Order: sequence, then C-alpha cells, then structure tokens
Amino acid sequence: MSPERAPILSVSKLVKRFGGFYALDGLSFHVSSGEILGLVGPNGSGKTTAINVISGLYAPDGGEVVLEGASIGGVASHKLVHRGINRTFQVPKPFLSLTVRQNVEVALAYGGAASAPAMADLLEEYRLAEVANRPAADLNNAQQKMLDLVRALTTRPRLLLLDELAAGLNPAELDWIAGRIKALAQSGMAIIVVEHLMGFIEHITDRVIVLNAGKEIFEGKLAVAVKVPQVIEVFLGGEHAA
Amino acid sequence: MPSALKHTLFIALPVLVIFAALPGVYQNHLLLFNFVIFLILAQGVNIIYGFTGYLPFGYVGFFGAGAYGFAVLVMHLHAPAIPAVLAAGLVGVVLGLLLTPLLRLSGAYFAIANLAASLAVLHLIANPALEQITRGPYGVSLSATFNPTYAYAAALVVLALTLGSVVFLKNSRSGLALQAVREDAVSASMAGVNVVRMRVIAWLASALVAGLAGGVYAWYVSVFYPDNVFSGEFSIFAIVFALFGGVASITGPIVGVVILYGIYNLIGFTTPQYFQLIYGLLIIGLVLFLPAGLVSLATRRGWHVP
Repeated sequence: MSPERAPILSVSKLVKRFGGFYALDGLSFHVSSGEILGLVGPNGSGKTTAINVISGLYAPDGGEVVLEGASIGGVASHKLVHRGINRTFQVPKPFLSLTVRQNVEVALAYGGAASAPAMADLLEEYRLAEVANRPAADLNNAQQKMLDLVRALTTRPRLLLLDELAAGLNPAELDWIAGRIKALAQSGMAIIVVEHLMGFIEHITDRVIVLNAGKEIFEGKLAVAVKVPQVIEVFLGGEHAA
Repeated sequence: MPSALKHTLFIALPVLVIFAALPGVYQNHLLLFNFVIFLILAQGVNIIYGFTGYLPFGYVGFFGAGAYGFAVLVMHLHAPAIPAVLAAGLVGVVLGLLLTPLLRLSGAYFAIANLAASLAVLHLIANPALEQITRGPYGVSLSATFNPTYAYAAALVVLALTLGSVVFLKNSRSGLALQAVREDAVSASMAGVNVVRMRVIAWLASALVAGLAGGVYAWYVSVFYPDNVFSGEFSIFAIVFALFGGVASITGPIVGVVILYGIYNLIGFTTPQYFQLIYGLLIIGLVLFLPAGLVSLATRRGWHVP
C-alpha cells in the first residue's frame, strides 16, 4: 500500500480501438502488491476493456502493459495466467457441463501454480463444497461467480482482476465477499476491482481511478472523487455539475 | 481399479473381441468391416466434436485422402499394405495441418468451410489432369495388396487405437481441458489452457483416425472411385451415429453405430422407404427430446455413463 513500493503492474498510455471507437484512449495507472485498486466510471468508459487488455483477451493498439518489469501487451491469456495474472468475468463463465470439481481441476492441472491451494479448502471457503459434484450449470449466479473466483485463485495469481464480482449479491453476501477480497489483498495479492456499487467500492478499495471515454479523469480516494465536479458531471450528466 | 483401465477392459476390449470373433460365425464380412469403419469414424467425430465442439461436416475429406494416400503408395511405390496404411494416416494429418486455419471459424461457418475443403480435395484427386498420379475420375484397382482378412485385422487395430485415444481423453487432464475449451474457450485460457494448441491436437488426432480408416478401407475394397471414398454419406453417417449415441463419452458413438447402422442394414436395402421413415423419425425424436444423445437417458437419472 505504501506509495514507494514498486508496482506489480503499470499501464501507460494504453489505447484500444474498436473500429473508430476509442475504448481506451491513453489510460495510465499502476497497482502494487497488497493494494486494492478500484476502476469506476459510467457504462462504456473502458473499465472492462482495460481488464480484457491486461488479461490478454485483447492486444492493445498502443501504449504498454508492464507486469513485474516485463512488457506483456499482446501476450496470450494462458501465458499471463502462468505469469501470475487471473480474473473473473462480469457474466460468470464456468464450464457448464463439467462438475464444480472438474472446473477447478482444469485450473489445477493447467494453471501453472507451483503450489496450488487445496481444492477442498477453496471450495469450502467460497461456499461451494456442497455442490462440488454438481454440474456448474446447476449453480445459481452467485455460486457461478464464486466458482469463477475459485478457478482464478487456483492458479495463485499475484494480480487478480475482479469484473463486477459483487453485482447481484445480497447484502450479507456483499459483506462476506468484501472480507474475502480484503484478506486476499492482505496476503499480498494486488487486486483491481471493477464495480458499480459505490458503497462496496468505498468499503474495500485503497484508491480508485475514475474513467470516462477511455481516459482517467481522477485518481485517489473515492470519498474525494465524489466531490470533484468533473467526476460528478460524467456520472450524473452536465446539468448537475457544480 | 483406475477408471481408464475399467473403460479399456469393459468397453473397448469387449467391442474389439466381438468384432474379432464375428467373422468366424457371420458370413457377411463386408458388413462387419463397414461396422468397424463406422465405429472408427464415429469415434473420430467424437474426438473433434465431442471434445472441442467443432462439427466436421467434411470429415470424409480425411478418409478419402487417406484412401488415395494408400492407393498412390501401392500403385507407384509398390509399397506393402501396412506402410501404405501408415502413410494414409500421415496424409490425413498433413491435410489436417493444411486445414488448421479453419479452426479460427466456429459453429456453422466451420462446418461449411470443412465441407467445402473436403469437396476441394475430392475434385483435386478426381481431376483428369492428375490421371498419371491418382487415375483421376477413373478409379483405382489395387490387386497387389488385396487381402480382406488382413485388412479387416488392420481395421480392428485402428479401432483399438481410436478407442484407446477416446479412453485416454475421457480419463486424462488433456480430455478435461478439451472439454473446458469446448464449453468456454476464454475461461479455459484463464485456467491456463493453451486453447489453440489443444484444438489443433484434437483436430489432428481425428484427422489421423480418419486417414488410417481410409487407408484400411482402400486396402479392403481394393477397387474404388473418388466418389466412393469421398461420399458425403461417410461424414453424415459418422456424425449422426456419434450424436445419436451421445458425444464426449466412450459408449455413445458405439451405441449409435450399433443401433443406427444396424437398422440401416436390416431394412435399408430391402425396404428403403420404411428405412427412410424410421431413420427420419428417430433423428427428429433425438433432436427434440434427447439432444445430448441416447446416453443422456442414463446421465439424466444421475447414472454415470463412461
């Protein structure tokens, strides 16, 4: 959390175009081990695109992504997994016809973690032990999200990207998952959280980046961000600006 | 007992033993041979479709290319049958390698492109300009290697190899990774799976199987035309048999071949109109009520079907 610590990931002047549309337009930020960084912004501001580029789903059209000193822009996802990046998906994407256990086994076998965490412990911890032998298709949305997370954690990431993990969880589940995310960060993991639930973001993040149209418009504490006229403007529209 | 051993002992081995013994008690050896060929092809479809989701509508392209690979080696190099069968498998793999760019496509696009590719190979081989090499559209006659008994035995060896591959896929982490890729390629890559490599391996394995089957088929029938060994019926039958029984399992394609090819031979020739009707109804019924194949009747009840 200390600013002098070398960042595990730094992104500089990142550009991602889809046709003529700039989803990312010169985005720069960094995140350090043990830190929880929030990415917030209105729909279409580039949050998920940023995560997709960092996790190797898209190659960047410009700028650089540097993980622990090495440039990783355009490196294939499975190689990034082996180098310590993993993520969850906004819409969870488990292997539906495989059992929960088999879902995790794939990541155990291919995730490249030197000492993968015990599957039984992870399933217990994320409340999936009772459904371990059921096909993932039988799980509800919240359980599928947890399976997505367990799949990611099985590869022992040092940088974890959470894309709207909290959306759709009930208040009790939200408190619980917030505790889990903080514990992961305390164990030394760097975590980037994309979320729309501002209370949740404020509760768990150390720092947020506010995005608009693929650019950073604010960096700092969320409590400060909500008082910045430019931030208020992009969230609420021009006429509400102070 | 590890499940791979169980599947070998109780599924693969009995099938092989039955088809090894049947020629002694049943006179229609060509029919038995065709059963073995379709068992191989249906399992080959199982490897690529059941484990990765690519539907190979042009699967016969590998089979026909294998048959002609065998023929060319026997005709021009006077190769003995067994090396020629191995070369047929190699021809299948090389064609598979040439067609790997098709794996960039998905769904119906892949199926159609694969069909087009198989037609392209047919018309290349059947081109009169290549008469010196392939005999073009005039067909080949391979009397030098003619030996149905050995060819039947070779077909059983290829079937053993194919069943062995499917047992391996069903019981190995590679097979699990392939199924993960089929379910969701993006999530599979985030589990650390090299998606492209896994797809290519499955694709080449199924091409190898069909190439070997084509070589063995050429050995057995010894006289054939391009239209015989590139007949779309091979692709369609192999796909329908595999789907009818249920893919991504070892038993599904076997059950599919035994039932559907059995019906085909019982009434397909004597009363083709009834056959068409029954076949059509069975397939409609399957698509509507059992899209995951006959084995899903059991899996739905929670029984494990290997």
